[in-house]
Amino acid sequence: MTTLFEVSRLSKEFGGLKVSRDISLSMAEGERLALIGPNGAGKTTFVNLVTGRLRPDAGQVRLAGEDVTALGAVQRVRRGLVRTFQVTRLFPDMTPEEHVIMTVLQRHGKATRILARFHGDSAASDEAAEILATLGLTEVARRKVATIAYGQQRLLEIAIALAQRPKVLLLDEPAAGVPSADTPRIEEALARLPASLAVLMIEHDMDLVFRFAKRVVVLAAGELIFEGPPADVARDPLVREAYLGSYAHAGSQA
Amino acid sequence: MQTALSIAMDAFAYGMALFIICIGLSLTMGLMRVVNLAHGAFAMIGGYIASWAGRDLGLGYGFGIALAVIGTVLIAIPLERLLYRRIYDRSELSQVLMTIGITFCIIGITNYIFGPTLKTIPLPAELAQPVDLGFRSIAGHRLFVIASGLVVAGGLWFLIERTGFGIHLRAAVENAGMARTLGIRTEIIYALSFALAIALSAFGGVVGAEFLPIEPYYALRYMVTFLVVVSVGGAGSIPGALAACLLLGAIDVTGRYLVPDFGNFFFYLAVILVVCAFPRGLMGRAH
Amino acid sequence: MANATLQSAAAPRLRPLGRDLIGLALIALAGLSGYWLFPDNLAFLTRVISVALLVLSLDLVVGYCGIASLGQAALYGAGAYAAGIACINGITDPILLILIGAVAGAVTGLFTGAVMLRAHGLPQLVLSIALVQLLHEAANKASWLTGGSDGLSGMAPAPLFGVFEFDLWGRSAYLFGLCLLLVVFAVLSLIVRSPFGMVCRGLKEDPLRISALGIYAFPVLLKMFVISGAVAGTGGALAAIATQVVGLDSVSFELSANALVMLVLGGIGHLYGALIGTVIFMALEHTVAAINPFHWMTLVGAVLIAIVLFAPRGLSGTLDQIAALLTRRGGRAGR
Repeated sequence: MTTLFEVSRLSKEFGGLKVSRDISLSMAEGERLALIGPNGAGKTTFVNLVTGRLRPDAGQVRLAGEDVTALGAVQRVRRGLVRTFQVTRLFPDMTPEEHVIMTVLQRHGKATRILARFHGDSAASDEAAEILATLGLTEVARRKVATIAYGQQRLLEIAIALAQRPKVLLLDEPAAGVPSADTPRIEEALARLPASLAVLMIEHDMDLVFRFAKRVVVLAAGELIFEGPPADVARDPLVREAYLGSYAHAGSQA
Repeated sequence: MQTALSIAMDAFAYGMALFIICIGLSLTMGLMRVVNLAHGAFAMIGGYIASWAGRDLGLGYGFGIALAVIGTVLIAIPLERLLYRRIYDRSELSQVLMTIGITFCIIGITNYIFGPTLKTIPLPAELAQPVDLGFRSIAGHRLFVIASGLVVAGGLWFLIERTGFGIHLRAAVENAGMARTLGIRTEIIYALSFALAIALSAFGGVVGAEFLPIEPYYALRYMVTFLVVVSVGGAGSIPGALAACLLLGAIDVTGRYLVPDFGNFFFYLAVILVVCAFPRGLMGRAH
Repeated sequence: MANATLQSAAAPRLRPLGRDLIGLALIALAGLSGYWLFPDNLAFLTRVISVALLVLSLDLVVGYCGIASLGQAALYGAGAYAAGIACINGITDPILLILIGAVAGAVTGLFTGAVMLRAHGLPQLVLSIALVQLLHEAANKASWLTGGSDGLSGMAPAPLFGVFEFDLWGRSAYLFGLCLLLVVFAVLSLIVRSPFGMVCRGLKEDPLRISALGIYAFPVLLKMFVISGAVAGTGGALAAIATQVVGLDSVSFELSANALVMLVLGGIGHLYGALIGTVIFMALEHTVAAINPFHWMTLVGAVLIAIVLFAPRGLSGTLDQIAALLTRRGGRAGR
């Protein structure tokens, strides 16, 4: 198995507070990895460092063998490092179809064409329809996003990510805020993600993590404190301390 | 050398006059997050009242200033309650439109009442004479403006950094909800700060009238200047506003002395360069 | 199943095109009825059209990209002066003059955009003001080229297509302007629905989401500034040809602010809103300001206050949405 995504010794400090210390992890093609951690563990910072919204003080991010640490967020996306958002970031006045078409057009390098009709590219429209169909969004494809259910908006986030044909996908709490009746649909969508894709899921919901990931890493106070199969997480003393005890607290004071 | 010195003194006095007017705007924008383009309109109202008090009522300069400040605040209070309060939480564009609207109304009404002519504010004899500083003499009025500016800067700094009111104000700005939970009555804090900003504006309008003459389109003509100064200095920062006023005042005055037919060209060129170099203002608060 | 949905999709997709045609027909109808109803006011009506082009161009930036600008007249004035100067120097073909104006506006738009996109929120607004003031002072100073405060005059544009002269009654100028407006409106209707136009709408709502799709915001916005400049420059050139005078007021903060007021009045983010706002504002100005300019200011002020208080979404459509994103953006830049 080839290593597709690699983070080594990633560190970041905000005014003396180390929010990320020496984080290293790697993912192979087709891997399903979950990142968990208590509130304030530095998950958001980690996502921002990986996606290029924040510059690390030290360390490296490698994507398919290439060092992308110096590249900006847009360049990383274009190289196949794609993310979804914890709180949906969609355009309320556009339809799901329009979101996905825009994404497909961007992949084809046609997203900012002036002398073309947005709905006139039949290849893009067909591909968008197909993606929306696989996620069961065909019914609402032509409705404004503001009017569709939150669970459907979460699915649309995944649809957009899929339309980008990523190599590595960061799922930032894909089921956050979704009523529990709708979570099976999200899980179903996650289960059907392309097999070759390396997926890093950041999640609170341990049930979801257990069903989805083969490997789990735990982040606490900016540090990776555990790496292993999901079944071992609950038994690990450091993890127990991080969640139940005062580890995170002590760490932030250091 | 003489020319350089007199330019410098003029620029300093002009910068201080700008500062007195603009610091109120900087505070409303930085602390209360309201883009009040009508700020200059209140300076204009102050100027009109002082002119009316001095010329028609024959009152002294000091009385004129007091009347202008009090009168302007009295006019502003209902506006705050009826209009401004509705836009505290609104978008910048809404605030810009609403306050441009207020400016237009104030210009229209003021001119309906006072007529479309330039208004002078008679200076008392002591301020009209030059004062000998030893190495050279300077118009007494300019000295008065400089002193007023320094007092305003110091007083505001003290008020915000060292008094209970300042603590409450900063708390209300940082986190209005939390401040209310702690028993701070934020709407009173906001109203008081607004009144203070308006009072300073009116005061600045009167003492700065020698530099920025009181006339019908005052509120519109200098709206941009005031906005620019605050933006360059960084909204909410007293030292930033002071630096911006002195810098831009110096550029403006020097430009007018040395290359008068270029008008405000160098002023706006400087503004563009400064904003491009410091998009958040010279001493903007990083929020 | 996917096929079935595609079929049903085909019908609604035709609708915008049909709507455009109806819209264009309505504009043409309104324009022609103006021609028959007010034959003595054609010079004024031509000015309305040229300002409408300015307001349309502002809508592209404010309404479709969410960038507040109080300096749009810089682009309009650039077009007016370029066409005027070219005309005095012997280029008299009206179509060519319009093109020169459009190019001058586009180049100014490129420059203005490159400067304005460096900042966000209030500093961005201030930059837009500073830019228009800078050009104003430059035009005033370069009086050998622009006529300074006296304005540029003495243009004599050749007859349109060699047949229709720009006479005293302004019939040719008005009909020429109306045709220009129709062409520009049609082109803009297509542009705002192009992939590019959709990305602009996206940038207005959420720039972060757009960058997460792998799209750079800066070149897209800069392109819109160039298009906006071309439209504004066309308006300026039309004014220069029709009135045969270019004054300093064509590149002023006042005109920029008025354009924003007209846009807000009509509705931000809709092309037809820009037209409606311009017509209502200028018609009122024409009548009320003639009676008393200060009453006019009071009226405009009151209308603005009323819009913000009572019709932020109604009359002006998406006023607050835009600016919600402006504040959001400003906040993000500061974080």
